[in-house]
Amino acid sequence: MNRIPAALGHLLPSTLAFFTPAKGASPNAKEIHTLYVITLVIALIIFFLVEGALGYALVKYRKRKGVVPAQIHGNTRLEVSWTAAAAVILLGLAILTFAKLASIQDPPNSSPDGATLGEQNNLIYASNQERLPPDRKALEITVIGRQYIWQYVYPGANEPDGLGAPYSYEEMVVPTKTTVELNIVSSDVVHSWWVPELGGKFQAVPGYHNYTWFKVEKPGVFHGQCAFLCGRGHARMIATVRAVEPAEFETWLARQKALIAEANHQAEIARAKLKTQTGAGAVENP
Amino acid sequence: MATYAAPIPQVSADRAEREGQGWTSWITTTDHKRIGIMYMVTTFVFFCLGGTEALMIRLQLGAPNNTLVTPEIYNQLFTMHGTTMIFLFVVPMMAGIANYFLPLMIGARDMAFPRLNALSYWLLLAGGIVFYASLFWHPPEAGWTSYPPLSETLYSPSGGQDAWIYLIHLTGLSSLLGAINFYATIANMRARGMSWGRLPLFVWAILTYSVLLIFALPVIAAAVTMLLTDRHFGTHFFDPALGGSPLLWQNLFWFFGHPEVYIMVLPGFGIVSEILPVFARKPIFGYKAIAASTVAIAFLGFLTWAHHMFTTPIPEAILVFVMLSSFLIAVPTGVKIINWIATLWRGTIEFTTPLLFCVGFIALFLIGGISGVFLAIFPVDWQLNETYFVVAHIHFVLMGGAVLPIFAGIYYWFPKITGRMLSERLGKLSFYLMFVGILATFLIQHVMGLDGMPRRIYEYDNVGHLALYNQISTVGAFILASGVLVTIINVWRSLKVGVVAGPDPWKANTLEWFTSSPPPVNNFDVIPLVRSAEPMKDIRREVERRTSDAGAATVPAGATQVGV
Repeated sequence: MNRIPAALGHLLPSTLAFFTPAKGASPNAKEIHTLYVITLVIALIIFFLVEGALGYALVKYRKRKGVVPAQIHGNTRLEVSWTAAAAVILLGLAILTFAKLASIQDPPNSSPDGATLGEQNNLIYASNQERLPPDRKALEITVIGRQYIWQYVYPGANEPDGLGAPYSYEEMVVPTKTTVELNIVSSDVVHSWWVPELGGKFQAVPGYHNYTWFKVEKPGVFHGQCAFLCGRGHARMIATVRAVEPAEFETWLARQKALIAEANHQAEIARAKLKTQTGAGAVENP
Repeated sequence: MATYAAPIPQVSADRAEREGQGWTSWITTTDHKRIGIMYMVTTFVFFCLGGTEALMIRLQLGAPNNTLVTPEIYNQLFTMHGTTMIFLFVVPMMAGIANYFLPLMIGARDMAFPRLNALSYWLLLAGGIVFYASLFWHPPEAGWTSYPPLSETLYSPSGGQDAWIYLIHLTGLSSLLGAINFYATIANMRARGMSWGRLPLFVWAILTYSVLLIFALPVIAAAVTMLLTDRHFGTHFFDPALGGSPLLWQNLFWFFGHPEVYIMVLPGFGIVSEILPVFARKPIFGYKAIAASTVAIAFLGFLTWAHHMFTTPIPEAILVFVMLSSFLIAVPTGVKIINWIATLWRGTIEFTTPLLFCVGFIALFLIGGISGVFLAIFPVDWQLNETYFVVAHIHFVLMGGAVLPIFAGIYYWFPKITGRMLSERLGKLSFYLMFVGILATFLIQHVMGLDGMPRRIYEYDNVGHLALYNQISTVGAFILASGVLVTIINVWRSLKVGVVAGPDPWKANTLEWFTSSPPPVNNFDVIPLVRSAEPMKDIRREVERRTSDAGAATVPAGATQVGV
């Protein structure tokens, strides 16, 4: 029954995992996890303090014979101090977030033994949204959301209009030790890309580009699914990322290219046949 | 009545006009109390409908890969559930409570515009009927947020989506007229001596609620009009292929949608701020801080809408700004929670049902508030957004912040509306069932979200312990529903056999308890002079003084024109 992997099956059911999101196989997911755990600790302290105070008040100050309620209207000094305390805690959280931000948002370089990124993979443009590794080299995959399947388009277009690039559906294969940039788009409605172990989710909004990245060190399979309501098939719009050794990735990409070329070739033959037999091709290929 | 020995002010209502009888009198009424009752009954019916939808959702999710309902029906269920609870229950229920009690609390004889008030109610009912009529054709299925392009004709061709649009328009207009009415009433019709610093905190909350509605509603009205013209009149506001933008909808929707959360919880805060001091027998701690934080929350509420859009392509400067403004809003909210606990501190707490619901509110709303801080940290939100963690968050906020205070209000004010007390035994049973039900249903949903379960999916695989977690949640939902059912039975029984309440059964602080239960048509023959934020305390003290002076306990206090 692995048709719809609700994303996280790999987490060991440890106590910490019960209270935290995916620990992560990519640096950004790991850093988010750390940030979450620190926030959780602060939150639990405040939670127990406040609920404790509430419980204490309820038991201690329940109605008893002979006790007269104190007619207090407030205490400015107390009120100012707990307002300030709340502000200080949140300021601390903000500083912590800013400290962690770079490691979550900025992709690192690919490792030396990662996939070779040829000239075509050299990202020569930079928008204000997409963050590049320091050496500006990454494997860029375009993630296209559509009802109800994810398509992944790899670099390697052999035609000027960008056609002919290798692609795959549902399962994305990536090389390990390599920084992978995702350019997330949608061809119909709003979707949301999310593989918990590879970092946060990012909406695929028609008409916009959204970007994220991940870098996986060891081979493995990571599950996710569309995280934004996209229609009746939303629950079945799953995503799998399979990380393999760079050499294996090259083999897979070459095979994918060959398969697509073969399929295109077959389609061409079929079209030609159709044209000579019925003349309908005139409508198809004006 | 026999249990309350203290002298009770009594009001003669000789100058009241006689109220019409029969069902037609309800249709033609402009009495704020009757309109209030119609609001409360109607919205409670919608609460039960929305609750039934929630139970069906929980049944479907009770087992992995369940086939109880189709994905189509499932999407319709959560769309109807969310829309109903927000637009047909919480917001108008608060309007109903305010309709009944706001004029009484400020010593007014009706709302500023009684006929406009009736129109507000009938618009609400029309909105509800239009929306629920879609059940007989094809209910909407794009979620209560109805993001285009999914809600555009190409992907949602059915008229259900249009029914949703008209619901927003009709209930929006209803709320807008109501808000103007509340504002005008509060600004102009307060009793003599009721300065802004003596306004009951519930009235402060309704004032803020009204201002929020007046600012936020035109924006959603514009957005759904654009969606309507996109769907039927060939515009392309949200179609990127022709220069439109789906993000425009998200911005407009949440510019309304985030203040809407405060529109729903601020009146709840107000109710709690009224009830806690009564049963702690102690003034509210930090009246000014609570009133000021209400206004601060309302203002900041307009600066945080983009935290619903942390995963969309927006510039980082906005992410950072919205994170900080969302943090900022946690400060006045936290201050309120501590003030409520400080109100209980050193009091003599009477554990009545209304107080229990208020305590439940503090305990549970705190959870929603804290999980909100997690979601405000945008990198953390990237993991938690659109998962069951968010579902848990919003339900702790709304169950804690709105539903429990509404039930506290029902138990607190039912004696005033009907003249009869609700059963305390059933009330407490109802509270404990609801409290346990909410915890069981929603606490585990945080974990489901952390384990990667997105919201709005009709089926899931049993990865990890998801099946177990979902079963717990489903069982919790039925416990919660049974708690609501107990209150319905309680209301039904008490209407006939409840103990007669008298004008002031709780020895409360605000002016609605000055008049008889139920109040006469004109509310008060004599409107007392207000000398503090707790006028009824003054009146009771005055009555006591005069009765002991006179040496005779038989003089009806209302006849002495207390405080005038």
